[in-house]
Amino acid sequence: MASRLKLIVVTPQKQVAEAEADEVQLPGELGYLGILPGHTPLVTLLKAGVLSYRSAGTAHALALSSGFAEVSDDVVSVLADLAEEPADVDTAAAERDRASASEEMKTAGGDTVDEVRTRLEFAQARLEVARR
Amino acid sequence: MASLIDIRRRLRSVKNTQQITKAMKMISAARLRRAQERAVSARPYARILREVLAKVSSRVREIQHPLLAEREEKNVAVLVVSGDRGLAGGFNSNINRAVLQLLSEKGWESVTLLPIGKKAVEFARRRRAKIAEKSYPGIFSKVEYATAQEIAAGLSAEFSEGKIDAAYVVFNEFKSVISQAVRVERLLPISRAQAALAEAPASEVEPIFEPDPATILARILPRYLEFAIYRILLESGAAEHAARMTAMDSASNNAGDMIDSLTLTYNRVRQARITKELIEIVSGASALE
Repeated sequence: MASRLKLIVVTPQKQVAEAEADEVQLPGELGYLGILPGHTPLVTLLKAGVLSYRSAGTAHALALSSGFAEVSDDVVSVLADLAEEPADVDTAAAERDRASASEEMKTAGGDTVDEVRTRLEFAQARLEVARR
Repeated sequence: MASLIDIRRRLRSVKNTQQITKAMKMISAARLRRAQERAVSARPYARILREVLAKVSSRVREIQHPLLAEREEKNVAVLVVSGDRGLAGGFNSNINRAVLQLLSEKGWESVTLLPIGKKAVEFARRRRAKIAEKSYPGIFSKVEYATAQEIAAGLSAEFSEGKIDAAYVVFNEFKSVISQAVRVERLLPISRAQAALAEAPASEVEPIFEPDPATILARILPRYLEFAIYRILLESGAAEHAARMTAMDSASNNAGDMIDSLTLTYNRVRQARITKELIEIVSGASALE
């Protein structure tokens, strides 16, 4: 069994993270997924949430907006629309986004509801990551 | 013969122009570097997106998606990507020429232009072509992914509703710093070959798909379109700076040549005048003897 995972997180703008990890947790569309070395190939949709990984005993976290992830040969590739590291999170802006999104959530319907929910979850994920 | 004062004035004005073109060249060079960096940092995403797409599509028996539907091209949307500013050599006019050709090929009536960049908007208005309700002037100072998303969403909606049967894009491809080429590409329907939908699976092990390949594909394809537009915007932005840099470089050189030849004429005229005055003084003196 291979010893470690390689994690790559990219957004259209840039590569956010490239790291060795012992364990990765992804915010899958159907619930959180834990990936360990030797995982079977997997392609999954991601929802907005917190990606966390452990490398050499220290825990790291990233806030993701929706996207995809692919696991093969111990490489975890994450394609996210947006991703933020804890250091980059602007707590005030995230708080504002969360407030406006949860406000819109009440009136959103049909087409827009998914988009608003993603914004809400991304804002929550950013706040959560910043708090850690 | 031009008088000394005239030549001096001319010289000063050419020197000023040269200073401006030199400054513009420097600015373009700096912006070009930044634009290239952004294009490079978008590359990992492109690579992984293709990989995932290939993997997913090889597992879907019959790929059916609204964005893949081929129809007879009755109504066509054309994305015209040019710059926000002029003084970039043939950058904007090459685009305009390509668009005119496309318009006469497809017929003016069936084409709706979607201009991106101030120059494209001006061009579309001047030619009285059909223009989409939304245009995007002045986006190139900072290309945002959100802009590409908005454009893609608009196009996909119109395409799925059947308002348009195809979407093309006309843009400058960034070949190198000294060479840009106009390209016309079809954005919609998404071409299967281009989207790597035909590529063979990379691994023999059947991957797990969550939720299932078809759903994932339906989510990836719109992303693919967004990203294609984003890449084109970045590329055109870099090409614009490169074109302006080259144009301003040759303008500076031309100004330099002009300054040289004006200086030469200036000195000749000055010398001729001094000689003439000397002759006048000498002959005046000799007349007194």
